[in-house]
Parts: sequence; C-alpha cells; structure tokens
Amino acid sequence: MNRYTGKTLLLEITMVVLAIVFAIPFYLIVNVAFQSPNTTGSGVTFSWPPNFDNVQIAWVQGGLGAAILNSVVVTVISTFCVIAVSSLASYYLARTLSRVSRAWNIAFLLGLMLPLQLATLPLYAMIRDLGLLGTVWSLVLVYSAMYLPFSIFLYVLFIRALPIDFEEAAQLDGCGPLRVFWHIALPLTRPVTITIAILVGIAIYNDFFTPLLYLAGSGQETAPVAINAFVSQYSTPWPVVFAGLLLLSIPILAAFFALQKQVIGGFAGGLKG
Amino acid sequence: MMRKSPMSQHAPTVSTEASAPVGTRYAPSAGRRARRRSFVPLWFALPAIALYLWLVLWPSLQGVSLSFTDWNGMSPDKEFVGFKNFIDVFSLPDGVGAVGRTLIIAGSLLVIQNVGGLLLALALNTRIRSKSVLRTVFFAPAVLSAVVLGYTFKFIFAPLGPLNEFLLALGVQSPPNWLGQPELAVVVIIFVIAWQSTGSTMIIYLAGLQSVPQDLIEAASIDGAGAFRRFSSVTLPHLAPAITVNFVLTLIAGLRVFDQVYVMTGGGPANSTQTISTLLIQQAFKFMNYGYGAALAVVLSVLIAVLSLVQFTVLRRQRSE
Repeated sequence: MNRYTGKTLLLEITMVVLAIVFAIPFYLIVNVAFQSPNTTGSGVTFSWPPNFDNVQIAWVQGGLGAAILNSVVVTVISTFCVIAVSSLASYYLARTLSRVSRAWNIAFLLGLMLPLQLATLPLYAMIRDLGLLGTVWSLVLVYSAMYLPFSIFLYVLFIRALPIDFEEAAQLDGCGPLRVFWHIALPLTRPVTITIAILVGIAIYNDFFTPLLYLAGSGQETAPVAINAFVSQYSTPWPVVFAGLLLLSIPILAAFFALQKQVIGGFAGGLKG
Repeated sequence: MMRKSPMSQHAPTVSTEASAPVGTRYAPSAGRRARRRSFVPLWFALPAIALYLWLVLWPSLQGVSLSFTDWNGMSPDKEFVGFKNFIDVFSLPDGVGAVGRTLIIAGSLLVIQNVGGLLLALALNTRIRSKSVLRTVFFAPAVLSAVVLGYTFKFIFAPLGPLNEFLLALGVQSPPNWLGQPELAVVVIIFVIAWQSTGSTMIIYLAGLQSVPQDLIEAASIDGAGAFRRFSSVTLPHLAPAITVNFVLTLIAGLRVFDQVYVMTGGGPANSTQTISTLLIQQAFKFMNYGYGAALAVVLSVLIAVLSLVQFTVLRRQRSE
C-alpha cells in the first residue's frame, strides 16, 4: 500500500482538479484587480496586459496605503504586548505552585470559553469614556487583553514541559527571577512564542469586528474596515474593490509564504494544545 | 515534513526528561517543589491579571447585568426590566430567526468542515506527489481576511456575476439571485465560510493522522481488513483528539459568525440572514437597544458554553469507551 499505484494517480488527478476549482476565487481577485476600467463582462476573461489603474485608485482614493500601514502597526504592537504580558504571567503560573497561581490559571482558562460578544457592549462604553474611540490605541488595549487567555494557555502548557534544571542552576548562582526568565526561560520558549505570534498576528490583522466598532469613520481605520467603508460609501466599481482586497491580502500572504512551515505548524500544533 | 514541526519542536524537551534516570528525577522533587513554590513572584502576572480583570472579566459581568435593563447606550439612567429582553429574544421574529439561523449555520458548518476536512486530510495523507502544494492551496484562504473572501464571493454570486454567466452559458434559463433570496443567501453564506475554513480543519486532521501508527495499519491489512475497516477500527480511534478539537473549534466559530454575513448581505434581505452576532450589533448600535443586544450576547454565550461542554463530554465519553 506504500507504492504509487494507478489508484494513487487517479486520486492525484482528482485532487489537482479539485484544487484548481478551489483556487478560482484567487484567480478572480487577481484578474479583476488588474482589469482595465472599461472592460465589460464578469471578470472571467483573462486580462492582459495588467492594468494598474485600479490599484492606484484604491491606494490613493481609498486611502488604503495609510489603512494598511495602520493595520500593520496595530498588529505588531498588539502582538508584542500580548507576548510580553502573557509570557511573564505564564512563567509565574507555570513555575509557582501555590493556591493563588492555580486559581489564576483557572480564571484565565475560563476566558477561553467566554465569548467576546458578552463584553463587547460594556467594553465599547468603557473605551468611549476613556476618550480612546477612533484611535488605534483602543485596539491595542482591547487586543492585548482579548488574546491573553489563549496565549497564556499555550505558554503554560509549554513551560511546564520544559526542564527546570537550568533555571534552578541559575538561581543557585544568584540570578533573580527576572534575569532567569529573560536569559533562560524565555529563549527556551521560542517555538511556542513563534506559534502564538503567528496565530494572534493573523487574527488581529484580519479582524473586522473590533476595528469596525472602535474605528469606523475615524480616519484611522485598519484596512478591512477601510475597504468596507470605501465600498459602501461610493458605489465603487468591482475592479477597484478587488484591487483593494489584493492590497490588503499581500502583506499577510507574503508572511504566509515566507513562514509557511511555522504558520501551518502553528495552526496544527497551537490549536491542538 | 511540515506536519511534523509541532512534534519536533517539543521533542527535545520530552527526550531530556525521558532520558533522566528515574531515581534522579523523583528523589529531589520534594525539596525542589518547596523552592519552586516561591521562586517566581506574583508580580510577574500582575499586568496580565490587571488587563484581564479590567477589559475582559469586568465588562463581561457588566454585559450580563445590562441584559436585564433597558439601557440605550448613552443616557446615564437605565431601568431594571427583569427577563423582558430575554423574552423578546425568544418571542420577537428577528430574535427567534437569528437564534435559529445561527444554530443552523453552526450545525451545517460543523458537519461540512469536519467531513470535508477529514476527507481532504485522508487524501493528502497518501503517496500523491503534489500533496504539499495541495495542502498550501486548501489552507491559504484561512490566512485571509473574511472581508476579502466575503467581497470576492459577493461578486461571484452577484446576479450578473461569473457564476450566473457560467450557468447561462450552460443553458440555465434564469439563474437565481443568490444573495437576494433568503434561503439561498444562507446557503451561500455557509458555503463561503466552509470554503474559507475547511483548510484549517484539514490541517488539524493531518496532524492527527501523523499519530496513527503505520505498522498497525499494515498489520490490519495483512489480517484482511478492507479500507473502510482499517479506517474505522485503526485510524478513527487515533484521531479522537483531533476530532474533539475540530468539533469544538468549528462549532464555536460557527456560532460566532459575523464578518461574512455583515459583508455579503448585511443581514438582509429583510433580516433574513441575520445571525445572533449581526443582530446584536444592529440592535445595539443602530437602534440603541443596548439591553436587547446584551441579552442576545448572553444567549450566544450560554449557547457556546453549553454546546461546547456537551460536545466535550460526549466525545470524551466515547473515547474512553
């Protein structure tokens, strides 16, 4: 059964055909985005040579350049905050065996079950009263708290599986807990840190719901909200919309192809934890 | 190769522990534990605890209490109205419709994504040569924004879009207005979410398939077990953890569906595609019915908690039997 038989070939052909059908929407995004503005028809016909007018309109009139920059900034800062806050907390939760630490660990696990919709409306009022509505800082704050349970869950599992010997040796040599964490524990958690950064980063970059609430109409929108506003405000022609979608997808696709192994491993391993 | 990465990441830590002789591992543990108890101080966790209390737990509690009021989101005064908002959710047509529709969408996605994801994983877990390319293709939509795919499919399913053009070319007389008809629009929404998310379900099943011992499968086939028997008696039991994870994840994601609906139909035509999440936002921010919106959020939370708990217990019991 481990040989490449006729049946395997048949399966291979079926799967390749399936994948091609599956990829049609990708073809459409790219093809329509590069269509010349006066093309008629539904966008299936191959557009050649590529026309960059739509991309330019989306970038300038749609303000997508600034919006994508906003998205990237929010994603990077928020992911960094999640990692910083949760790695420190997880080190305590995983290494200190007291009743208090166990109680907090359970409290954070509870957060995995808690749907965010429950907190949405009061949180909106809180952010509004803080005067942060319409600024990217509202997002950074909300995301930093929102992804804590998930990140802590993965970190604690991973740190508990690490051997404690190095940390104890360093401690005996007179290292304080912060130095032990920084020089010994944190470098050892690299694999899970990468997993968390990827999963949280993708989720934040693509998020639509949260920035729609906090940023819509502020001029500080992240890219998904900016595209949505652009589409609903003017009756934007499809080629320009698709150029926007393409621009929005490029950073995340570039990151995906560059880090494919880690991304897929992250989805498989991270979610499995 | 790629699929092994989460395993190989953990491998070094596991092997060092396993290679330590039993005696040295257990003997000093009592003393170690005493030292460990106080080694990392509580303040390490304080930033996380503060953020979590302030921005997650506290607003969640407030959300529950708001659902018993008639707050409009702005005015300082709100009145306690008891269970009125909850009675509304389960008696007003838009509330009942949204709850029912959310359950239908989540249930359909649970079935489609798990059957589809498992079949794809099984097909890619063979000797076919294109498997790493195929895996990338099927998984790629999962890293894209739901907004991107929502608009792409809104275009594809438009009355004069590529799909209908194709159907016309095939000779279909009057192809449907996919997103303009209530029942069809829900089907399209389910299809689009399945298209985007089945790849990540597949990835988890692929990782699970790596834990099925190959020699056991070979032994079963030597003993004369057919393909189906090999799958049900050998492969399936080893997939139990992956099945649990996938069921819970697809269910929760399905119950929370928002982006695709918001982008493709905005809940219309005539509220016929409204889900709990989209109705919640509409009620709270458009109609200023914060109390009603909060009640919808509580209903959603209870649904998620109860259904995932039920699923978890049922699957665990089946596994232990």
